[in-house]
Amino acid sequence: MANRAPRERQAASRAWYLLLLLPFIGLLWPPFYAKDAPRLAGFPFFYWYQFLWVVIAALLTGIVYWATTPRNRGDR
Amino acid sequence: MNGVALSVFIFFFLLVTVLGFIAARWRRADLGHLNEWGLGGRSFGTVITWFLLGGDLYTAYTFIAVPALVFGVGALGFFALPYTIIVYPFVFLVMPRLWSVAHRHQYVTPSDFVRGRFGSRGLSLAVAVTGILATMPYIALQLVGIQFVLAAMGIGGSGSSAFERDLPLFIAFAILAAYTYQSGLRAPALIAFVKDTMIYITVLVAVFYIPAKLGGWGHIFDAAGAALPKKPTPGALILPTKQFAAYSTLALGSALALFLYPHSITAVLSSGNRNVVRRNAAILPAYSFLLGLLALLGFTAIAAGIKPASNNAAIPQLFNAMFPDWFVGFGFAAIAIGALVPAAIMSIAAANLFTRNIYREWFRPEASPREEADVARIVSLVVKLGALAFVLFLKTEYAINLQLLGGVWILQTLPPVIMGLYTRWFHRYALLLGWAAGMAVGTWMAWSAGFKSTAPFTLFGLNTTLYPALVGLVVNLLVAVVATPLLDMARVGRGRDETAEPDYVEAEAPPLEPLAEGPGAR
Repeated sequence: MANRAPRERQAASRAWYLLLLLPFIGLLWPPFYAKDAPRLAGFPFFYWYQFLWVVIAALLTGIVYWATTPRNRGDR
Repeated sequence: MNGVALSVFIFFFLLVTVLGFIAARWRRADLGHLNEWGLGGRSFGTVITWFLLGGDLYTAYTFIAVPALVFGVGALGFFALPYTIIVYPFVFLVMPRLWSVAHRHQYVTPSDFVRGRFGSRGLSLAVAVTGILATMPYIALQLVGIQFVLAAMGIGGSGSSAFERDLPLFIAFAILAAYTYQSGLRAPALIAFVKDTMIYITVLVAVFYIPAKLGGWGHIFDAAGAALPKKPTPGALILPTKQFAAYSTLALGSALALFLYPHSITAVLSSGNRNVVRRNAAILPAYSFLLGLLALLGFTAIAAGIKPASNNAAIPQLFNAMFPDWFVGFGFAAIAIGALVPAAIMSIAAANLFTRNIYREWFRPEASPREEADVARIVSLVVKLGALAFVLFLKTEYAINLQLLGGVWILQTLPPVIMGLYTRWFHRYALLLGWAAGMAVGTWMAWSAGFKSTAPFTLFGLNTTLYPALVGLVVNLLVAVVATPLLDMARVGRGRDETAEPDYVEAEAPPLEPLAEGPGAR
């Protein structure tokens, strides 16, 4: 594997992985979101909040992917 | 019986049958090798892996049981959504390491890895047996999923003979068994394209069309909120405080367990590149969104006044009541085909485990890859026959209970399989002791709670309900942590580690040796 990133850059890219903790914090503590109001398009908060996290979690994972994947590695 | 629905159903079933057999010629290779039959040659790209994993993880039983649970208990059943959200960051972090080390050492199963990492045949056997035990009832439930759909179409209702009731299931089973035998993992990979497309269409139509007929989502939620507390076992639209711990532990425990199932790992290892796995962690949540919408159909069924004999019949009956006949057939075909993909992968995964970690490890160490593939093919048939017998001769309830226990059991393999990817601090026999303790505690807890998904838990004056699998895992880890230094002090041998740290991060290093020599040097 050519062009291994320098050590500092590796450490910086490690920090990106912390973003992946956010979905756990946002979802595993139901007191945050176990309520009816405010509703959105008829959906109680409990439901649309969790649906919102599907999108946020996917975006976060995507961001971490782009930030931590060296460009020169074999991709398919 | 509904002629139009049945015709559409049969058309799509025949379509995927043809695909299943054509799959043997797709990406042609020597299917007499376990790497090809059982892992599709480890060559699948991002798109195929997305369909394959999606088709694999979101099973027909999921599509029946999740909305059924929401229909029955309300908010608690919605744990399926946070569960399938948090699983992907976890997969993003952990599974590339497993992919790399498995690619480097040509491991086919998680037990192969445990064998190579800890040098312990006993621990590897425990992981293999747990995997097979957890998978068998899961396959049976896929057939149960088909049964519910068939029953909703008027086949095999209460008035029909045993022959009439079971024949369609036999046919579906025989077709599934035949193309899995012939094409291996390529069959479900190809069929998954059709299955997932149909499921997306069905669910998207359902979540727009049905609420439009019932007066909108706001009205549906209000109707469910009014009806749920009046059920024999009262449910709730918004999660009540006393279910917070159950909700979180169910979500976390299920998420940690999902990618320990042999069929999940089989699909991960069949991808061609570790970045395929990482990319899929970002795009698989599309299925989670779909699952969440599907779960809400449980409320729709309440609002529509569906009164099923069992909760599991709620969604099929909802479709019957709401959709035109041809679309009922389409939706039911989607669910039934949804059973075939995971059932195929599960039987392949169980066959791989048996062949590599029981047959070869304990009985025929000199088995060639060709012999392995032959044995795996036959075992995949035996596994499916077992599942069929289960469904035909035992009560459905047993399959459901056992699948629940399967989730408890499979989570107990987390310390050797997942933690083993990062550390070798644990002693191999400490892991084995922890596994046994976790299995015992988790099983006892689920059993004494009457096979509910959550069980009452009291400790230090704290009264709550929790997911038994997670309690088992905590006990498991405690035992392993305490036993490790004790075993080291007693100078019990640790076994050889055939892996090295670079093996876990390699993106494209060539395999160390051909599969014929694996797993690892003996």
